[in-house]
Amino acid sequence: MDVVMLSRLQFYATSAFHFLFVPLTLGLSWVVAYMETRYVRTGDETYLKMTKFWGKIFLINFAVGVVTGITLEFQFGTNWSGYSKYMGDIFGTLLAIEATAAFFLESTFIGVWHFGWKKLSAKAHAAVAWLVAIGANLSAVWILIANSWMQNPVGYTIRGGRAELTDFFAVITQKFAVLQIIHVLSSAFVLVGFVIMGISAYHLLRKQNVDFFTRSFQIGLVCGLVGSLVVAIEGDLHAKDVTEKQPVKLAAMESLWETTRQAPIYLLALPDEENGRNAIELLPIPGALSFLGHGDVNAEIRGLNDFPRDERPPVLWTFLAFRGMVGLGTYFILITIYAFIRRKKLLESPLLLKILVLSIPLPYIAIQLGWVVTELGRQPWIVWGMLRTADAVSAVSVLQVATTLVGFFLIYSLLGIVGYYLIFKHAKQGPQLESA
Amino acid sequence: MDLQAIWFFLWGLLWAIFFMTSGFDFGIGTLLPFIGKTDEEKRTMIASLGPLWHGNQVWLITAGGVTFAAFPLVYAVMFSTLYSALMLVLFTLILRGVAIEFRSQQNDPRWKRIWEICIFIGSFAPALLFGVAFANIFKGIPFDADGIYHGNLLTLLNPYGLLGGVLFVMLFLQHGALWLSIKTTGTVQQRAAAVGQKAWPVLVAVAVIFLAASWYATDLYANYLNHPALFLVIALAVAGLLAARLFMAGQSWIKAWAASAVTIVSCTFYGVIGLFPSLFPSSLDSAFNLTARNASSSPLTLKIMLVVVIVFVPIVLIYQIWAFKLFGSKVAAADLAHEEGAY
Ligand code: HDD
Ligand code: HEM
Ligand code: HEM
Repeated sequence: MDVVMLSRLQFYATSAFHFLFVPLTLGLSWVVAYMETRYVRTGDETYLKMTKFWGKIFLINFAVGVVTGITLEFQFGTNWSGYSKYMGDIFGTLLAIEATAAFFLESTFIGVWHFGWKKLSAKAHAAVAWLVAIGANLSAVWILIANSWMQNPVGYTIRGGRAELTDFFAVITQKFAVLQIIHVLSSAFVLVGFVIMGISAYHLLRKQNVDFFTRSFQIGLVCGLVGSLVVAIEGDLHAKDVTEKQPVKLAAMESLWETTRQAPIYLLALPDEENGRNAIELLPIPGALSFLGHGDVNAEIRGLNDFPRDERPPVLWTFLAFRGMVGLGTYFILITIYAFIRRKKLLESPLLLKILVLSIPLPYIAIQLGWVVTELGRQPWIVWGMLRTADAVSAVSVLQVATTLVGFFLIYSLLGIVGYYLIFKHAKQGPQLESA
Repeated sequence: MDLQAIWFFLWGLLWAIFFMTSGFDFGIGTLLPFIGKTDEEKRTMIASLGPLWHGNQVWLITAGGVTFAAFPLVYAVMFSTLYSALMLVLFTLILRGVAIEFRSQQNDPRWKRIWEICIFIGSFAPALLFGVAFANIFKGIPFDADGIYHGNLLTLLNPYGLLGGVLFVMLFLQHGALWLSIKTTGTVQQRAAAVGQKAWPVLVAVAVIFLAASWYATDLYANYLNHPALFLVIALAVAGLLAARLFMAGQSWIKAWAASAVTIVSCTFYGVIGLFPSLFPSSLDSAFNLTARNASSSPLTLKIMLVVVIVFVPIVLIYQIWAFKLFGSKVAAADLAHEEGAY
């Protein structure tokens, strides 16, 4: 393998791992702040126990999220120095703003929240929880603006062999970023909803701490239901935006080879990249793809064969990842609606509870697939239409990258195993320790 | 001063604040196995930085981010030429970060032992490596016109580089020992105070050797000879050292710690001023040097970033100082007891 492939692998491994922890942090930060606020408002001790129980999961998850984030911040320089030279004027700015405006907020106040129970009044402590949530989510906003710029560069000019900023406002308010931010933040709510429902269901099945977990479940249910609906409705707008800005990515997401009017969506399809067609195409929904892309069943959608081969992303994986995400999204809506109907009879619905326990990993998978669509679908570009990934890599040796790749593999395996072991242990134990 | 020069010094300032704040975290982590004998002593030590180390570490992320934003070429060349060293820093920082959180999660001596080792490595190694890296930057790094590195990890481990590493370790050891003296009581405080006093002469000796070696190994003094008033920065570093000794003798720990902070900041600026206008000099040919002039971002980006920094850094400082005050009192036994699993 060459340095480009190794660096891609390393970036993928480290960012995907980082993003196993990020969305739970994003969603849970709001939920914990909400629970603590309810405690302050009502004085109900159960809310305090909920804050502490879910707060501990938040803290362990947060610790792994943070250390893996630092890796990403370094890697643009260590592995993608060609990229950094070319894009630093714009991209670096967004990262630096993320650090000064958001990371300080969350990192300083997470310490205060963790250790300040006895030092602050109950109200002030709850306010700190909100500051942590705002800081965490603000950091997501900035990094997603940066990522959106790589998908759809705006507000720049090419000067002296690099991209220079001309319109900061255009960069931070572009539609692509707004859509991505809503999509990612709402998918974090889907995730936290399913995590809370799943862990609660585990205990409800065993009739442990019934009141505690019924109430937790209701909160998770609202997050899961609202999140699933928003993510799907907004995902449709997202897809329309992609159709306009990255038509070849859309064609790959749907494995559409020939430019067609009234393009259908095949419920069953399998791309054949060698021959530029689909090996299997069954069960078409006529006009559905045209409608998805343009809101009009008669609209024309450009197919992959319209684009030169060396500008197409890997079709099979982009296609499968998109299918998987949307399929899971549909499932999330159905199951949360059903859970909503049964919300008053949870203890009499063991099958539903079992399904929800088993569903905990699914939003994680959907989120990972979403990023594969976005990032793999962007290949071979690192910045859409401007800079190819192959031209962005650092002048480091294969040996160096291979060594660090192995290093990351070992250290991250350790982090993953220990982190999830601790979360599992705590989740299984339930809140009885504190309540005793 | 023009924008590029302002950014050059802001760049230095951010690194200085990082060393000043995370410095004591690194020092305490390095001292953990030596000062903390019992579990309770170790917990006290970790509790002394528990609420703060995380916010301190963000100064590193900001220093890195600002390098990227204001001097993208430096970020690209510095991080890729120093690839192996930086990755080592990264791996050890990762271990330290999770170790502080994980150690208290299980009450098993072997479990705790593993994470204590990680805290030690994750504190000692970055302190040493940052010192080695900065000393090598002062000296110049063998990279060519295309930013390609002609050397390996061992190239950095030359005598001057190692001397820089030892200097950083000693600065942070003393800084950490003084923070412990502020924050603890009893045996931990006595041991920390003793370490601070024993470390001082060693630190002074290393600092003097480093200043002298810089004369031969680097071009840092050129700017000083052109503008002798700049020697005040070195004088300030010396004054900080002496003041720290005096305050230690009088057991005024907060003042001693502040003096040590002054030393760290002025040591950083000693190097930064000497480098100006280079951020990343090449040892192959000074024509390849990356400077504030040839490696900066566009004026618009520099302006936007300046506004961001002027608005946000003071706000950050205000709430960080607030947090320092909130957790400024001595670590009490009650702190350790009441939050089960917190330390
Ligand atoms: C701020 C920018 C940014 C953000 C937020 C993300 N990525 Fe990314 N991603 C990149 C910037 C980037 C990159 C630097 O541009 C890479 C490295 C090589 C490349 O082509 O793009 C990349 C590559 C890359 C690849 C490999 C594509 C390939 O090389 O074939 C995948 C699958 C992902 N990323 C997935 C993710 C995941 C799971 C993320 C969640 C955190 C993520 N990306 C966030
Ligand atoms: C590839 C680009 C990315 C970089 C360079 C990056 C950088 C970082 C860094 C340096 C940290 C540690 C901050 C600290 O110490 O507090 C961090 C944590 C975090 N990042 Fe990322 N990140 C990236 C992707 C993302 C994305 C896409 C999101 C959200 C949508 C995100 C959200 C977060 C959050 C919420 C944290 C807080 C800690 C946690 O995850 O638990 N990051 N990131
Ligand atoms: C149900 C219908 C859904 C639709 C129509 C949809 C649509 C999309 C589209 C078009 C993209 C790619 C945008 C790009 O290439 O830049 C995307 C990305 C993504 N999706 Fe979905 N999505 C759906 C459900 C979900 C669900 C349920 C989750 C997770 C719980 C999810 C998580 C993500 C993530 C994390 C990304 C990457 C970030 C981004 O580009 O916004 N999506 N989605």
